[in-house]
Amino acid sequence: MLIFVVRRLLYSIPVLIITSFLIFWAVTVSGDPLTTVRQIPRVSQDTINAIIERNHLLEPFIVQYWEWVKSAFTDGFGTTLLGDAPIMPDIRRVLGNTMQLIIAAEILSVILAAIIGVVSAVRQYSSFDYAATTFSFLGFATPTFFLALLLQILFTNLYLSTDVRIFYTSGLSSAGADNFLIDRLQHLALPVITLAVLGIAQFSRYVRASMLEVVNSDYVRTAKAKGVRRRNVVMKHALRNALIPFVTAIALDFGGLFGGAIVTETIFGIDGMGRYLVSHLNTRDVYPVMAWLMLTSVIVILFNLIADVIYGYLDPRIRYD
Amino acid sequence: MPEPVLSIRDLVVNFATDDGIVHAVDGVSYDLYPGETLGVVGESGSGKSVTVMSILGLIPTPPGKIVRGEAFFKGVDLLKVKERELRAIRGKDIAMIFQDPMTSLNPVFTVGEQIAEGIQVHHPSVRDEAARDRAIELLQLVGVPNAQRRVDQYPHEYSGGMRQRAMIAMSIANEPSLLIADEPTTALDVTIQAQILEVMKKAQVETHAATIMITHDLGIIAEMADRVAVMYAGHIVEVGDVDTIFHRPRHPYTLGLMNSLPRLEADERWLKPIPGQPPSMINVPPGCPFHPRCELSRGREPCHTEFPLLEPIDSSQHKSACHFKHELAGETSKFADEAAS
Amino acid sequence: MTNPNPSASEHLQGAPPQLDRPSPETATAAEAEELTTFHEEGLEVVARSQWQLARRRFFRHKLAVGSLIVLLLIVLVGVFAEQIAPYSFREQSPLDARMAPTFEGQHYFGTDVLGRDYFSRTVFGIRTSLYVAGVVALLSTLIGALYGAVSGYFGGWIDNLMMRFVDLVLTLPILAVLIVIAALLGNGTPIRVAIILALFYWTTLARIIRGNFLSLREKEYVEAAKASGASDMRIIFRHMLPNSMGPIVVNATLIVATAILVEATLSFLGFGVQPPQPALGKLIDDARGFMQTMPWLVLAPGVTIVVIVLCINFVGDGLRDALDPTQRRLRA
Repeated sequence: MLIFVVRRLLYSIPVLIITSFLIFWAVTVSGDPLTTVRQIPRVSQDTINAIIERNHLLEPFIVQYWEWVKSAFTDGFGTTLLGDAPIMPDIRRVLGNTMQLIIAAEILSVILAAIIGVVSAVRQYSSFDYAATTFSFLGFATPTFFLALLLQILFTNLYLSTDVRIFYTSGLSSAGADNFLIDRLQHLALPVITLAVLGIAQFSRYVRASMLEVVNSDYVRTAKAKGVRRRNVVMKHALRNALIPFVTAIALDFGGLFGGAIVTETIFGIDGMGRYLVSHLNTRDVYPVMAWLMLTSVIVILFNLIADVIYGYLDPRIRYD
Repeated sequence: MPEPVLSIRDLVVNFATDDGIVHAVDGVSYDLYPGETLGVVGESGSGKSVTVMSILGLIPTPPGKIVRGEAFFKGVDLLKVKERELRAIRGKDIAMIFQDPMTSLNPVFTVGEQIAEGIQVHHPSVRDEAARDRAIELLQLVGVPNAQRRVDQYPHEYSGGMRQRAMIAMSIANEPSLLIADEPTTALDVTIQAQILEVMKKAQVETHAATIMITHDLGIIAEMADRVAVMYAGHIVEVGDVDTIFHRPRHPYTLGLMNSLPRLEADERWLKPIPGQPPSMINVPPGCPFHPRCELSRGREPCHTEFPLLEPIDSSQHKSACHFKHELAGETSKFADEAAS
Repeated sequence: MTNPNPSASEHLQGAPPQLDRPSPETATAAEAEELTTFHEEGLEVVARSQWQLARRRFFRHKLAVGSLIVLLLIVLVGVFAEQIAPYSFREQSPLDARMAPTFEGQHYFGTDVLGRDYFSRTVFGIRTSLYVAGVVALLSTLIGALYGAVSGYFGGWIDNLMMRFVDLVLTLPILAVLIVIAALLGNGTPIRVAIILALFYWTTLARIIRGNFLSLREKEYVEAAKASGASDMRIIFRHMLPNSMGPIVVNATLIVATAILVEATLSFLGFGVQPPQPALGKLIDDARGFMQTMPWLVLAPGVTIVVIVLCINFVGDGLRDALDPTQRRLRA
């Protein structure tokens, strides 16, 4: 088991290296990072020279890459293009906020999807199953940003008509709130729901399909033939087998959640990774963008690793790989 | 004759599919007496597996439906009984061995855990330790080497033959009075087959169970069965003791089966398969289901129009469902010829 | 048990009816005739080609068929946008500003603060979305199918390397990467957006085709083709790809759906198709500031997107059932 983990870990390292190279290359190749800056009349030539100096822009590509990699470890990816803000502290702050959002959304998705999926499978073709299927199809067809806007409209109107704040439609917290936790939850609720809906739609289908396959398998038939109670047949024999692929799917989905977070944070005005990326992309400031991509890759690779380990733990067949 | 252990009467089971209703079991009746082995022979699709699975309630009932019939086991009609009672019988009084041991064992639990589960479900007071010991005992009984270690291994660490031994161990754990084996050796190598049959014989001796052996392999029937029921297209076409069925069959299908087996000893120039195809189970032709392929029929009247009932010939123990079964009197299959010469 | 499958006439050439047991040489033509007729009774043999079967299966799905009709109508709207839309995409009539949906002046979806007709804008937006989605589906199917075919056909280290590359591409969150690339390399035209999207969406199909090919490789007809000297290309194109058409078609349908959603998201954020080109996402972004007072401006284009994607998904579902007969569904 340990060897399994170590091997997977070692495999991740070259992946990280190649990814970092690809990121740097793709971004650098897209043009001179100073194009936008040069167009601003206020900026003096001295400032521009300083930027060129600091980011080694006149040196060969490989040197630039190396300097960037070094800055990742020693200097927290350095500063923004204009040198006005160090990157790492900002990213740390926004990453924390986004993680709250993503993890809450994932937990909500998983729990609801598992329940809906299992019940749908066990009561195949019932009205519950059809309702769940309809919900899933709608979930797949609704763009995240549209759902977010709909929720905003709905809850703003609720507030306007009843004068009661159920959920906030923007921001992470209100100044002067009585209870920090409740206030945070109220702010996070709508973005979390938005993110979770797609996850639920997707995963509930997945769990349902997995359960159906397992429920019709030979070993479940054997369990029934042995006289095991129906509830145990489902919970013990079927569920465990059906959840194995599900668990890995969850861990692998974290990448997708980062994408969804971009949209959600923009609409709900949350100070997170998504908004960070979008605002720096709008100013064509490549250094925060590269740092963002790199950090996200690390997180995604980490979660892939966790997924592999969990899979190995749950399914004895692949342990002796 | 003593009282039968199992008595199936006029069982009819249908399946609803996209293409129509499949009449999988179309009026099947047979009895099983204590201590005997009844071989149920038939091609795929003849309904032999569906019959026994319906009795144990293992048919999924959205597509499947038990239309009518009775299955008396120790005085109780299994088809009318509540799920809770049926569950108490499954794995304890009636045990089943399935065809493919690789897919029939749960891959995420150890073999020992699965055998122990079978015990603890019916004897809740048995503690884990004791159940595990009993599992080891059973594994040794069925000939799994190194049972002490193997009991904690997973199914994928066993070979095919060992897995089937484990399945047999699991089935006899609670000393059932009825053992049903559904094609137990079909998924195994021929050499392993012989070993498994030996293990099954041993299991029968240990438990004194009556056994239903379902198979399409006549060789296994010859070796294991006391009596034989031949099934075709969801019906029983002939029932009798094994010698009679093999040497003096009284149904054209059975005769065809016996004569279609290649024999090494005889000097045969041609193989004689039964011509034609098994019928569609959705649109069943009227009359006798076998008549399109039957050479005894030769297009004669009752065969097209009237369904032949399973009726006794000579003694009540030998029955055949054929309008012209009397014409087969005096016919012997090639097995009998050789036995004579 | 023997297999009674040899055809009647072949069987009868030498072997006699069992019961009379005449020797092979004496079987008469009359007996052969008799037996032939018997074999045809009770047999269900209806010959249908594969495509006919698939089509029959597809049309059994009422939902899929209905969605297909709706979809075709929408495509027609997109193609004939100029004829159908009463106004142009940027036309402003300030006197008609801030109207709720009405039949007056043909402002079915209402107008915004600048007096732009949202029905027309939506119609033009539909055209852009369908265009981008179509190009993405085409390109990514081509790339994905070829990539997967080569990888699966050759196997070994080539396959290993190619699949590792696919894994790498999929390591990063797709939307984020798309946004970055669109921001840095995009110029707001639909075609460029389509190319950028296609660069990432070929991977699913590549994996599927590769899997297919890995198993098809072992089939006898491939070996036979090789043995008779067919070149690799010929084998791939004539023998193996046609067999994979099912998953290709289904996957292409799903890519269209995804592309529509992603294109809308990109244009909403401002990184995708940009003015002067029309885009559904941009319509919603424009209307965002007035969401509270004029919600229809957000709802109309949004619901349009939902309807289009929903229909595509239903059609895709129907196609999957029609083309993948291994999944037999039993009636409840």
